[in-house]
Amino acid sequence: MEFGPYLFIASLEGAITAAVLALTAVGLSIVFGIMRVVNVAHGEFFMLGAVIAWWVTSMITAHPALGFVAALIVAPLLVGLLAIVSDHLVLRRINYDPERTIVATIGLLYVIQQTTLMTFGPEARPVEAPFNKRIALPWFELGENGFVLTWPWGLSTTTYKLAVIAAAIVILLILWLVMSRTRLGLIMRATQLDSEMAQAHGIHVDKVYALVFGLGAGLAALGAVLIVPIQQAHYLMGGDPLLLSFIVVIIGGLGSVAGTIVAAVLIGMSDGIISVFFTPTLAKIIATLLVAFVLVFRPQGLFGKPER
Amino acid sequence: MTDSSNVPPKKSATDKSRRTALKSIAAGAGVVAASGTLPGLLGHAQAQSAEPIRIGFQVHRTGIGAAYGRWYDRTTEAVVKRINEEGGINGRPIEIVAEDDGTDPKRGAEVVEKFANQHKCDLAFGTLFSHVVFGSAPRAGELKIPYFVVSEGHHVASGKLNRYTLQPGITDVKSQVEAMGPFIANNLGKKVTMIFPDFAFGHDHRDYFTAAFENQGGTILEKIAIPPTETSFTKYFPKIPRDTEVIYHVMVGPAVLTFVKELGEFFGPSKPEIFGFIDSLEAVDLASPGLEFLEGTYFWEGMPRYAQADQSEFDKTYRAAVGVDENGASVSDPKDVSTYAHMFGCWETLYVVKAGMEASGYKGPDDRQKLIEAVEAMSDMPHSNEHPQGAKRFNGKTHQTFGHQYISKVDNGKLVLAHTTSIEDTLYEDEVDYTKQAF
Repeated sequence: MEFGPYLFIASLEGAITAAVLALTAVGLSIVFGIMRVVNVAHGEFFMLGAVIAWWVTSMITAHPALGFVAALIVAPLLVGLLAIVSDHLVLRRINYDPERTIVATIGLLYVIQQTTLMTFGPEARPVEAPFNKRIALPWFELGENGFVLTWPWGLSTTTYKLAVIAAAIVILLILWLVMSRTRLGLIMRATQLDSEMAQAHGIHVDKVYALVFGLGAGLAALGAVLIVPIQQAHYLMGGDPLLLSFIVVIIGGLGSVAGTIVAAVLIGMSDGIISVFFTPTLAKIIATLLVAFVLVFRPQGLFGKPER
Repeated sequence: MTDSSNVPPKKSATDKSRRTALKSIAAGAGVVAASGTLPGLLGHAQAQSAEPIRIGFQVHRTGIGAAYGRWYDRTTEAVVKRINEEGGINGRPIEIVAEDDGTDPKRGAEVVEKFANQHKCDLAFGTLFSHVVFGSAPRAGELKIPYFVVSEGHHVASGKLNRYTLQPGITDVKSQVEAMGPFIANNLGKKVTMIFPDFAFGHDHRDYFTAAFENQGGTILEKIAIPPTETSFTKYFPKIPRDTEVIYHVMVGPAVLTFVKELGEFFGPSKPEIFGFIDSLEAVDLASPGLEFLEGTYFWEGMPRYAQADQSEFDKTYRAAVGVDENGASVSDPKDVSTYAHMFGCWETLYVVKAGMEASGYKGPDDRQKLIEAVEAMSDMPHSNEHPQGAKRFNGKTHQTFGHQYISKVDNGKLVLAHTTSIEDTLYEDEVDYTKQAF
């Protein structure tokens, strides 16, 4: 394939990775930003989203779109609820102590992963996309008669893949509106800035924490529901999103939603492009190296505020 | 519950500096990276009964080989039941001791060790994924326990392993592609692009198909290696050169359906000829949405998944014993599609073990060397209930069996047998003589 169309298809694939990664990483980022805890089980919430999507769609068989829409609602709700319960049963008991939270969420990771293995099984299971049509994409070439429209071999995408990118943008916009324009967002931001002062002003910090933990997990699940018609549900699928989310959150700036999104686009796109032109391993090497550089030279992340 | 909910979060939890917080998030990331090494769930050892022959079954219950493992498990169960009903081996029943290896080479070696030292098995058996065989075989050699693999990899016949490792129940990739080369060159095209998984099994395809195909006057335009854990594939396809006449694909892992679907989406209406190894769609329903483009394309099959018009009596018996319907799916769940092109290897291998033990008068672990010598002495095995995939010719020097290969065409969403190769088509020169190695 010519270089131009090749780059175009690589960018498109990268954009899908970026879209899903942005949703997942934003979930991790707000949990970290507001609660100051590292949720190692975040990838498993992602995986659960995909598994529940498979479960819901295999129960509702009338039309693939019907099951999928149900999954879009049910999966994030159930996963969010599970997160709230685990916040109540585990995280609150250890007072959100950062080190102990890491260990506790590792435990949670294994509980969720092994329970899925024992119930859902080790197979990869497909979820049918609500709609999926191949679109051949045009390309412009500078010929003798100026720009000519061509249709290069293989340059294509599907309607569903484009819809995933659009859906991610819409969800992130809604999240931004909630965080910046609503009373709920105000409470969350107040808790993030100074939880003791927020409590002194009558905010139920405990409830905010539970809600934020549920919201973070729900966002991961939502990302998974969007990607599962492309990738299939599998009990080990949470590993990669978790590592990439960590990378994105560190590069973007801890707790900075805008930074997380920018970093997700950066990492997702570079992952797509580098793995196409070189190797997928090199893409991971570069991303991790970038994390090291950020930690050394700008520990607050690209968009994080410097230490108070 | 009530008292703890009134306790405000500790100061330390909320007032951490960003530097401290960063440390903890980085530590978290490190732990995540390390956590992949934790072993999966352990299989359960079965209770001991009077004097059975204990066969350690190394099975991919979890990890990327899980779908194969499930069916290897069912086939093994069926053949053990049948052999035991027929009176067992030398009058002793077989007892299977199954252990999950997580499709992981390191765990594989540990499992072999458990069979030899802890479970006191007579032999080890069953591994499919070639990297697990590579990881486990040296340990089997050190522990001097016979290791019967059902793997397809060329590693056994290549001489890289040892006298204790044998593959008498399934043919290897080198012999398979040796026989596919002429068919592709004569029927589909001379310019091929190969897509294969980036580990030992895929490299066998890359190396031996390239050689076999170039012997036919064909050229390999591009070799695209994809990690077996990959989940998205479109980004690899632009590397396919425009003048490709035939796509040669073989893929494994949990995402094979995505792989084939995205291949179809990439080409759309202007696809080249496609020749695939059924590995790319093992345990996947050919009627899955998105696979319609495969109509008219060809697949190598180790054994035809769909019951053919001229189905042999032996295939009927075998299919019924394992519980597979005429479409290659479980009789109890038509969506649970089998790994029909590979799992016969478990059935045939255990019959070879039975024949070997009977020929050598096997009594216990002290007779392990006699068992290996008895198997090494074997040669032709007729098409029978013991060898339902077809006749075999075992080469005692290379520890590898040879057999017929099947090429099927997708016709109305089903695989219909188009060509059967002879055993002679699949032969190649010996690369090793294990019988000269000391035990």
